[in-house]
Amino acid sequence: MARMKFLCDAERCIECNGCVTACKNENEVPWGVNRRRVVTLNDGVIGAEKSISVACMHCSDAPCMAVCPVDCFYRTDDGVVLHDKDLCIGCGYCFYACPFGAPQFPQAGAFGLRGKMDKCTFCAGGPEPDRSEAEFRKYGRNRLAEGKLPACAEMCSTKALLGGDGDVIADIYRDRVVRRGKGSEVWGWGTAYGPGRPGAQPPAPVKKS
Amino acid sequence: MRTLFASLTALLFVVGAWGCGEQEQVVVYKQGKYQGKPDGRPWDNAPLAEVFRGGNWKQGDRTSWEEQIKNRQLAQHEYKRIGQ
Repeated sequence: MARMKFLCDAERCIECNGCVTACKNENEVPWGVNRRRVVTLNDGVIGAEKSISVACMHCSDAPCMAVCPVDCFYRTDDGVVLHDKDLCIGCGYCFYACPFGAPQFPQAGAFGLRGKMDKCTFCAGGPEPDRSEAEFRKYGRNRLAEGKLPACAEMCSTKALLGGDGDVIADIYRDRVVRRGKGSEVWGWGTAYGPGRPGAQPPAPVKKS
Repeated sequence: MRTLFASLTALLFVVGAWGCGEQEQVVVYKQGKYQGKPDGRPWDNAPLAEVFRGGNWKQGDRTSWEEQIKNRQLAQHEYKRIGQ
């Protein structure tokens, strides 16, 4: 059984935000909702800057699913975590529970009323008839039902963002890292994100005279 | 005749009272169990036309759909895609 996952190669990500744009365009995500975003560590520090594209990680033991008071979450046979917007009450518990900040809430009305939760669907739609207008309007495109992978991963220009069955994309990543020839440092936090420098600050802007 | 009329009146009363009754209009939540609508499975859909690069799998056949998805996954591996 496939377990759909995302994997972002921080050595390849160039912070182009192509994945964010692809997601927005493919699913017609409304203004103010970001299903995917690029996070940069050590921003501006020369040689230590690392970027990673983050969205819902479709956890195997999803905390959002555990805390939802109305049990609107479910997991598909492919391991994709989805939810029913007809049931969601927009309470925001899932946002507090999620370690990645994946759940998003559209602002509706003049007083910032919080709408129903919206998040990355792994381009798998939701509990409406597949590839229907209702599904697209509520959840976005169902690319898996079209035999395709999420638009963000397939659009990535440097192929930093990989999407698909966890085993397959882990093999791709492993193959890449082995070819980089880092010896014993082939795997781990240091390789992925660099050592960084605690408290490092971006360089001061150069004053033009 | 009178009995029939009385019976019909009683039936009408019962139906009328039932019509004014309160129906359950909310989802009854069961703790820890998904309460929403059922979702379809991706392999139950027919592939898109070739012009949309929808691939080729047999509708309802999970194995062929997984093979299609696996080919898309491996296309992300440029070492394999462009050759050694």
